[in-house]
Amino acid sequence: MDALEKFRQETRTWLEANCPPSMRTPMTSEDETVWGGRNAKYENPEAKLWLDRMAERGWTAPTWPAAYGGGGLSKDENQILQQELRRIKARPALSSFGIWMLGPALLEFANEEQKKEHLPKIVRGEIRWCQGYSEPGAGSDLAGLQTKCEDKGDHYLVNGQKIWTSYADKADWIFCLVRTDATKKHDGISFLLFDMATPGVEARPISMISGASPFCETFFTDVKVPKGNLVGELNKGWTIAKRLLQHEREMISGMGLGGAGSGAGLGGLEQAAKDYYGEQNGRVASPSLRDHITRQKMDGKAFALTMQRSAEEAKAGQGPGAASSIFKYYGTELNKRRFELLLEIMGTKGLGWEGEGFTGDEITVTRSWLRSKGNSIEGGTSEVQLNVVSKRVLGLPD
Amino acid sequence: MALVLTEEQQLLRDTATQFFQERVPVANLRKLRDTKDADGFDRAVWKEMADLGFAGIMISEKYGGTDFGPVGLGLVLEQSGRTLAASPLVSTVLLCGSAVQLAGNATQRQEILPAIAAGERIMALALEEGPHHNPTRIATRATADGQAFRISGKKTFVLDGHVAGQLIVAARTGGNDNDRTGITLFLVDPKAEGVKITRTLMVDNRNAADIAFDNVAVPSTAVLGSIDGGIDVLEQVLDIARIGLSAEMLGLVQEVFDTTLAYLKERKQFGKVIGSFQALQHRMAVLFAEIELSRSVVLDALSAIEARRNDVPLVASLAKARLSDIATLMTNEGLQMHGGMGMTDQFDVGLFMKRARVAAASFGDGNFHRDRYASLEGY
Repeated sequence: MDALEKFRQETRTWLEANCPPSMRTPMTSEDETVWGGRNAKYENPEAKLWLDRMAERGWTAPTWPAAYGGGGLSKDENQILQQELRRIKARPALSSFGIWMLGPALLEFANEEQKKEHLPKIVRGEIRWCQGYSEPGAGSDLAGLQTKCEDKGDHYLVNGQKIWTSYADKADWIFCLVRTDATKKHDGISFLLFDMATPGVEARPISMISGASPFCETFFTDVKVPKGNLVGELNKGWTIAKRLLQHEREMISGMGLGGAGSGAGLGGLEQAAKDYYGEQNGRVASPSLRDHITRQKMDGKAFALTMQRSAEEAKAGQGPGAASSIFKYYGTELNKRRFELLLEIMGTKGLGWEGEGFTGDEITVTRSWLRSKGNSIEGGTSEVQLNVVSKRVLGLPD
Repeated sequence: MALVLTEEQQLLRDTATQFFQERVPVANLRKLRDTKDADGFDRAVWKEMADLGFAGIMISEKYGGTDFGPVGLGLVLEQSGRTLAASPLVSTVLLCGSAVQLAGNATQRQEILPAIAAGERIMALALEEGPHHNPTRIATRATADGQAFRISGKKTFVLDGHVAGQLIVAARTGGNDNDRTGITLFLVDPKAEGVKITRTLMVDNRNAADIAFDNVAVPSTAVLGSIDGGIDVLEQVLDIARIGLSAEMLGLVQEVFDTTLAYLKERKQFGKVIGSFQALQHRMAVLFAEIELSRSVVLDALSAIEARRNDVPLVASLAKARLSDIATLMTNEGLQMHGGMGMTDQFDVGLFMKRARVAAASFGDGNFHRDRYASLEGY
């Protein structure tokens, strides 16, 4: 038996013994997502057990070095782990901006002390992070950010406002872009970490069209930050910011493949169409709707194949191909289209807000439809993504 | 799944690229058109393609082929699409060669396959009977006559029909129009008595013909595969052709994208290159995304044939629907972005648009294949 096959066997055995039964069932609502953090509450004790067992092995961050609490797995081993997790339909043990976004940036840009301090806590889900990027006056033009960070000798002093800070009201720490030189644009930005419990930090949730409040306005008033919390060099934060955005965009692209809230509870597009619209001789009764469903399924399949091709090319050492530049744009547009289609399929059953007359799955789809509109805005709008492709990939001039 | 090319495949692609760029540029198609060439393709070029092993790419070495497989053939077709190379690849290699490989008996294989691989035999599949692809809509009848059959009916859009040395004719030996059963494939000599072939000049300047069969006598040894069971062979053969045409269209689309991009960087208006305008940049970026997805779909479909996966019909419809639509979109957009020059015969973009339309209509367009995909998926 070769080493990888042995790893698969061991992994399978371990997962069988350690993944609690309730963690092998689909989540019934987004509230069941485990984000960790100081204030995490676990309605289901098995969720905490599953997190602790996975974190113990470093498998919440499988490819990070073991020295920082990660799993130390190779790409091939991680692929096997993910396959085995899917095989038993395991829920994610931990969802975390620390793992998806900050960690990879710290591994690349932080000093040894910072890595040792922050990475293990991310792996164990002890500290929940939020991202301080956008500001009221700096959206697509992110580098126009104004949150001021002054050098006060033994500490930094931060003043300003962020917006669209996801879960800032629930987060323990923030990774934040601040202006350390007002005379320059990109070269006057630094990357700073600080504790959200520091005096002068205030997060106010924003009510969104979906009825949820995942985003906050975050205010900083004379917030004192230790100087050791600067990542990388002063005024060199933009490089880190851009790299982190790549990780964020990859994360958002995955939505195009369909996940939680994608209407899976309705049995997929075609089953939903048969149920809500009716069928004739085994076909969706509306030929037009049937055609729209097919277009959606075909584009979804083509997109999934392209992500797979990109991964295979990277593995074959051909570097990130040009294809990866389109993922954020295409994946989010595809996701929005799917929800539009689901609403068409469900008719008035897809237009309920809450309460009697609608199933939980129906309300989830409707709310997710509203939420999906943000996919092509957050993390770089579709228009910004198309600009990036035009200029960086196609070489079209300004 | 093989979505990345092997070294051997990359080498083949490079050979094909060089061959079509140097030996069969778009100028060749213009020459065939302007001289009203009777064959509609260059026989010398076809011989060279055979010598390079392109004609025998799907044929095993036992029958004189090179056996590079479907992915290899796809690479050749993609490159041929970039220069609009007119050749019997689709009619003879994709359709008829595959049919003989799949359904031919030992004698038929021995007689036909080495001749195809050597570039010495052109063949054509006489299938369609209406303006839209429909492999079961067959009214042409083959009636048993002692040990022989008599074929009567009319076929249309027979690719390379007027230059073929041998035809494969789909005819009804049983059942009614649109029945899946009762279809039989016959090997027919185009010079046989009662066969009337009329070349039809298509907008893409590629070969097609109407063929009428009037009580044409064929011996029972001419049956290819089983009597009444032709649809199974046809569907496999058609899926290969659909995927092959998708590969050709991928090359065509990429070529139009590249030339349009170059034009946008060169053409100036309002004192700057028009490629600096966001209205055009975003359309090109969207097309770029669509082409990347198209490439993945074509590679997956080719490797599905190669690996004999059981989802070939599904991925064939996915590829043919997507590439038919994207080829139409890209050539329309390419023409628009070339402005008035795109409307001239001097510029190539119009030739690509014409070919895109014919390739899209061949063996099912987007409408046909989305309908088929839905049926295969059970909704």
